[in-house]
Amino acid sequence: MKYCMYTAIALIITTIASCKKDNYKAPNSKLTGHITYKGDPIEVEYNQVQFELYQYGFGKIGPVAGTFQQDGSYSMLLFNGEYKFIIPNGQGPFKWKQTAAGAPDTTVITLNGSQDLNIEVTPYYMVRNPKITAAGGNILGNFKVEKIITDASAKDVESVSLYLNKTQFVSGADNTAVTTVDAAAITDWNNVQLSVAVPSGQSSVYARIGVKIVGVEDRLFSPVTKLSF
Amino acid sequence: MKKTFSIIFAAALIVTAGCKKDSDFLNVQPTSILTNEQAFSDPAQVLSILADLYNRQLDFSGLDNGWASFADFSESFPSENGSAYFVQRNEWGFGEWGNWDYGYIRDLNLFIERATAAKALSETDRTRFLAEARFLRANFYFELVKRMGGVPLITQSLLYDFSGDPTYLQYPRSKESELYDFVISEAEAIKGNLPVNPNEKSRVTKAAALAMETRAALYAGSIAKYGASTPQVSLPGGEVGIPASMATGYYTKALNAAKELISGSAGTYALYNKKPDLGENFASIFLDKSNNPESIWVEDFKLKSGRVHGFTVSTQPRYGAEEEEGGRINPSLNLVESFEKLDNTYAPIPATDGSGNPIFYTNQSDIFAGRDARLYGTVIVPGSSFKGRPVDIWAGYQLADGSIVTGDDRGAQKTLPGQSAPTQVVGFDGPVSSKEFTAQSGFYLRKYVDPTPGAGSRGTNSEVPFIRYRYAEVLLNAAEAAFELGQPAVAAGYMNPVRARAGLTTPLTATDVSFDRIVHERRVELAFEGHILYDMKRWRLAHVVWDGNKMTVTDLLGNIGTATKRNTQPYGLWPYKLYNPASANNGKWAYKIVLPALVTGANRFRLGNYYSAIDDNVRSNNPKIVKQPNQ
Repeated sequence: MKYCMYTAIALIITTIASCKKDNYKAPNSKLTGHITYKGDPIEVEYNQVQFELYQYGFGKIGPVAGTFQQDGSYSMLLFNGEYKFIIPNGQGPFKWKQTAAGAPDTTVITLNGSQDLNIEVTPYYMVRNPKITAAGGNILGNFKVEKIITDASAKDVESVSLYLNKTQFVSGADNTAVTTVDAAAITDWNNVQLSVAVPSGQSSVYARIGVKIVGVEDRLFSPVTKLSF
Repeated sequence: MKKTFSIIFAAALIVTAGCKKDSDFLNVQPTSILTNEQAFSDPAQVLSILADLYNRQLDFSGLDNGWASFADFSESFPSENGSAYFVQRNEWGFGEWGNWDYGYIRDLNLFIERATAAKALSETDRTRFLAEARFLRANFYFELVKRMGGVPLITQSLLYDFSGDPTYLQYPRSKESELYDFVISEAEAIKGNLPVNPNEKSRVTKAAALAMETRAALYAGSIAKYGASTPQVSLPGGEVGIPASMATGYYTKALNAAKELISGSAGTYALYNKKPDLGENFASIFLDKSNNPESIWVEDFKLKSGRVHGFTVSTQPRYGAEEEEGGRINPSLNLVESFEKLDNTYAPIPATDGSGNPIFYTNQSDIFAGRDARLYGTVIVPGSSFKGRPVDIWAGYQLADGSIVTGDDRGAQKTLPGQSAPTQVVGFDGPVSSKEFTAQSGFYLRKYVDPTPGAGSRGTNSEVPFIRYRYAEVLLNAAEAAFELGQPAVAAGYMNPVRARAGLTTPLTATDVSFDRIVHERRVELAFEGHILYDMKRWRLAHVVWDGNKMTVTDLLGNIGTATKRNTQPYGLWPYKLYNPASANNGKWAYKIVLPALVTGANRFRLGNYYSAIDDNVRSNNPKIVKQPNQ
C-alpha cells in the first residue's frame, strides 16, 4: 500500500515538473515558394541546386542551407524574424543577381507567420511547351528551347537529353534510359524532338527533358511526366 | 609532562613547516613534464618529438588509415558488406577529402621556434631538425592546398592575448598560387640542409625535398593550364585557381627540380630492377625494404614494434588467407583493360571475338597475356598466384547451351548434368555476387599486399612501407613538365625507362607522346598510390570522367587510353569453365563482362567537389575565410 503511495506521488511530481514550459517554441513559420522566371516555375535536378538563409544577431553566422525540389519549389520551417536569402554562385541553370564585387546579392525576407514567396531569377534558357508522349516502345519528347539571356553573358546549349526513370526522380544521376543529342545536331530550336526506347519490363515511366548549358553545371528541366502503357 | 612536551613539539613543527611561503610550497616543478629547454637539450629527445610530427603527416591513402582509402573512383570494387556505399552513391559530398588541421601546423611552428631557440643543440643537429620540420610543414601545406585550395599560410605560432578580441588572429586565405610558391621555395631553401643519402627512407632527405618540389610545381602548372577550361572553378581573390600565364613558370620549375634529382646530385636513385620476372619485379617495388633504390620517402613500419598495419589482412586473397577475411579491394575491369599491349596499343581484354562469340582459353591467365607487366604487378588476375598458391577465381560452369551452373557460396558444389556426384562449381575466391571478401570484379589487388608469412594475420600484421615519393613518379613528373613545355622528345626520354621496366620495350617517340599518353601512364604506373583523385583534379578532368552517367559496356570497351573516357562504375570480368564433354573446348575458359550486382550508383564529381568545403564553424569564427566556389 505504502509502496503504491510512493509510486503515485513520484508519478504526480514527475508529471507536474515535466509540465514546465520549454525555453523555446519549435519553429512554426513556414517559408515556401518556387524559383520562377516571370511567374513560370523553373524545374531543376532534385537535391542539387542550393540556397542559403542567414539570420544575423545570434552570435555565430552560418547558413540555414537547403536545396530546391525537382519542380523548383522549396520550403523551410523557421522562426519569425528577418532573414537574408541567397543562392550561392554557380548554382542552378540561371543567373542570380550579384553585387558589384561578384558575391551573390541578398533578398531580405521578413517572416511573420507563414509566407509564400517566389524567387525570381533569370534563366539562360526556358523549356517551352514540352510534350512527352508514348509511341510504340518509345517515348517521344517535343519541345522548344527559348533563349532568355541574350547579352554578353549568354551561353550556348551543350546538349539536350530525354530521361526515363522508374521513380519520380528523373535526372542524369537517376534514370533507367536516356537519349542525349548534342546541340550541333539540332537544327530547329523551336521544335526539338527526342526519342528514347523504354527499357523492357517497365509498364510505366516518369520522363523528363533536360537541357545542359555550356559552362553551367546544373541542367534545366521540364516538368516530370508520368506515362503508363 | 610528556604530553605537554609532545604538544609543544607538534606546535613547533607546524609553525616551522607552515612558515614556508605558500607560493614556494605550491610551486613544484612536475617531474613528469619536461620544460622546452630540457626537451630540446638532447638530440635523441628532439628526434622523438620530431617522430610524432612525422607520424601526423597526412596521406590520401595510407596503409594505416584503412584499405578503403585505396578503393573508390571506379578503379576498384569494394568487396565488403559495409562499404557498398562506394558504388551505390551518386556523388561525393562537398566536404569529402577536406582537412583543416591547424593544430598540427601550430605544433610544427612551435617545434621550429623552439628548436631555433634551444641552446644545447649542436648546429649540425639543429640544421637538420629544422630542415625536416620545415619539410613536414611544406608537405602538409601541399596536402592542404590539394584538398582546399588556398588556405591561410601561418608560419609562426599564434598566441591569443585574452583581450576578448580575436580579430588579429583571423587570417584570410592565401592565393592558391602562393601556397604552391611556399612549398617550392621551402623545398629550395632546405634541400641543402638535408642529408644526401639514398638509404635514408623514413626521414626526409635532399631527394625528398626535390621530389616534393617537382610534384608541387607540376600540380601548380597544370592547375594554371587546365584551370582555364573550367573558369567556374575559381575565386576572384585567387584563393582557388591559378592564372594561366603562370603555367610555364611552374612547369619549368617542375622540370628543373626533377632534373636535379635525376642527375644524381641528391644521391643515386634508380628504377627498381632486381627481379627477372617483370611483373614480380613491379610488385616488389612496394614490398622490398632492403636497399630499394626507387623509394625516396616512405612511411615506415616495423614488426613487433607496435607500428604495423593491417592492409594485407584486409586485402589478401580470401582463399587460404591467414584470417577469415581479406579480398576487400577488387580492381575493376576499367583499370585492368587500360594496361597496354606490348606493342604500345590499347585493346579491351578479348572476351569475345569480332562477331560476339566467346573466345575459349586453355589457361585462365591466357586472356591477359602479352600486356604491360604492371598489370601482373598491380592486380592478381585469375590464374595467377599469391604466395606461390594459385588463386581460385572462377564464377561457374558454362554448359553447352550457354546456361550457367554456379553456387552462392565460396567453393559451392553442385551436380553437373550427366554426372552423379556433386563437384565444385565456383571458386573459393568467388566471384560470388554480393558475397564479401570474394573477388567480385574477378580480380584481387596485388600492389602493397604483403606475401610474407604472418603478414595476413591480425596478431602479426605487415611492415611493408607506404611509399610517398618514388623515383618513377619523378620521371613521370619530368616527362609531363617537358611535354607541357613543348619538348615531347625529352618527355619520351623520361617515360621510356619507366615503360621498359614494365616490358614495353618499344620506345615511344616524340610524336607518340600526347596528353592522353601522360594521363594514361600515370594511371597505370601509380594506381592505388593515392594519385588518381589529385591528378584528375589538377587536369580538371574529374568532372568529365566521373560525370554521373551510368556506364554501358560500349563505354567500357571504347576509347581506352583516352583521358576523357567515362569511368563512373567499376565493371568486372568473370571467368567460366566450359562443361561440354562433346566439345573440343571442354574445360577451357570463357570470360563474361559483368557489372557487379551491388553497383547501382554512378560517380558524379560536381564542380563543387574540386575544392573541399570549409566547415561553417571555421568560416563563422573567421569571417575572412571565403567560401569555395560552386557549393
